[in-house]
Amino acid sequence: MSAISVRGLRKSYGELAAVQGVDFEIEEGEVFGLLGPNGAGKTTTVEILEGYRRRDAGEVTVLGHDPERPGPSFRQRIGVVLQQSQLWQNLTVREMHAVFAGYYERARDVEEVIELVGLQDKRDARVKTLSGGQKRRLDLGVALVGDPDLVFLDEPTTGFDPAARRAAWEMIRSLRSLGKTVLLTTHYLDEAEQLADRVAVLREGRIVREGTPRELTAGDLAVEIRYRRDGEEVLVQTSEPTRVLHELTSEALARGVELERLEVRRPTLEDVYLALTGDEAE
Amino acid sequence: MSAEAAAVAGRRAPERLRLFVHQLRAEQLVFWRSREASLFIFLFPLLLFVLLGSVYSGRIYGVPASHALLAGLLGYGCANTAFAGLAIQLVLRREGAILKRLRATPLPAAVYVAAVLASTLIVFVLQTVALFALGRLFYGAPLPGAFGSLLLAVVFGAAVFAAIGVATASLIRSAEGSSAVVNFILLPMAFLTGAFGPTHHYPAFLRAVGDVLPLKYFVDLVDAVYLHGQSFWTKPGALGVLAAWGAGGLAVAVRTFSWEPREG
Repeated sequence: MSAISVRGLRKSYGELAAVQGVDFEIEEGEVFGLLGPNGAGKTTTVEILEGYRRRDAGEVTVLGHDPERPGPSFRQRIGVVLQQSQLWQNLTVREMHAVFAGYYERARDVEEVIELVGLQDKRDARVKTLSGGQKRRLDLGVALVGDPDLVFLDEPTTGFDPAARRAAWEMIRSLRSLGKTVLLTTHYLDEAEQLADRVAVLREGRIVREGTPRELTAGDLAVEIRYRRDGEEVLVQTSEPTRVLHELTSEALARGVELERLEVRRPTLEDVYLALTGDEAE
Repeated sequence: MSAEAAAVAGRRAPERLRLFVHQLRAEQLVFWRSREASLFIFLFPLLLFVLLGSVYSGRIYGVPASHALLAGLLGYGCANTAFAGLAIQLVLRREGAILKRLRATPLPAAVYVAAVLASTLIVFVLQTVALFALGRLFYGAPLPGAFGSLLLAVVFGAAVFAAIGVATASLIRSAEGSSAVVNFILLPMAFLTGAFGPTHHYPAFLRAVGDVLPLKYFVDLVDAVYLHGQSFWTKPGALGVLAAWGAGGLAVAVRTFSWEPREG
């Protein structure tokens, strides 16, 4: 059974059509990435699924509920990390987790969650003394303390330094091993590539590509073969790299010359992404 | 209601009570842990009372000046706690997306609002107790005779100013400067309505401004109940004006309240 099902989702803010007919399914236990530049409709989509916004059209089911009319158990089963939220600056990490644990019928052990998000050395530190990365881990901790089945992560690593990002990635991977379904939005390609089982690329409110990161990069962008001939770089783009490469190397062998700086490059997700999202991508 | 729905509702009532108590404790922890809140909301009116009480002399309204001042500062404390404190706190929570984050938890909105209001009332009641204790200690002020009426006045005043506070929070668009805006309303209101001392020597137009502000009628009510031992119901005019302000605040609050940041 799918954890999230979205069919023909539309949402406009006045004149601005933020989401213009989006479809996707997320299976239970899957980590699904919504990838796209700022303003592509990622947050609007996620906030409709979380129950914050009403949709203009479309069918949405989240854990068997319509998030516009959620049953009492809906919020027991979701965990939310917003793009930005400050929580109570003067409470400690432990108190913050305990306050949120109190909202749920079957909360996890507070100390366990604090360790899961790696804040055990900070459990008695006040929220306002935490670094940006630690605050983000706190956001994740309070989102997990209710032991949700489905976790929404809206740009969980924006503004992180590389080390903090890798630590966050480890945590998000650990969610998968706990069997959680995760919906992740990001505008970082490497993040989607690293974490997501499947990715949907959003552009101007529409999904322009969907699949596993591998499928996306195996698509219609050509493989690039580069080498130098007489000091000049030659670039061959082909969808049949095996044949082209064989011809090139046969010819070079027959002539007894070296293909200098020979390089075969598969398109990265970044190439696909830039091709799909045009100039808007950062 | 079907039998099943009734059973669900029956199970939910104790759960809502548990959530209310849980959130009330959290609210109290958040309030007293914040130096700004406990200093400016709780301590400041008490400090003002001790300071002003030592410089005021003679008699006001036929009672020692410090006793009249106690009544005025009880009024100021009410506006400071339930109006200013609540408004600033709500703006900060809204703009910091705390309200939005709480909406995604199973905590029902009504339970959250009830806990915030109850927490505000607790702070104001403690402040009232501290005012009488300080008054008795330093200025020989009597404890309230009409105790039930005073308690009623305290709860009623807190409700009226809380309604205005929630409405004001909706009208403030950003966290920055929220406390400046609120104090820009609060302090002139306190001066114009006699919370810091009689206003009969003020120019007529300033008194006219004071005459439409709710704090004047709350101070009048506290004067009557505390200084003159009258019942809560002896000032129907003041009660009417306060109720009108409260109803107006509530109407604005219900129409404009937002759980999500206005900016960004």
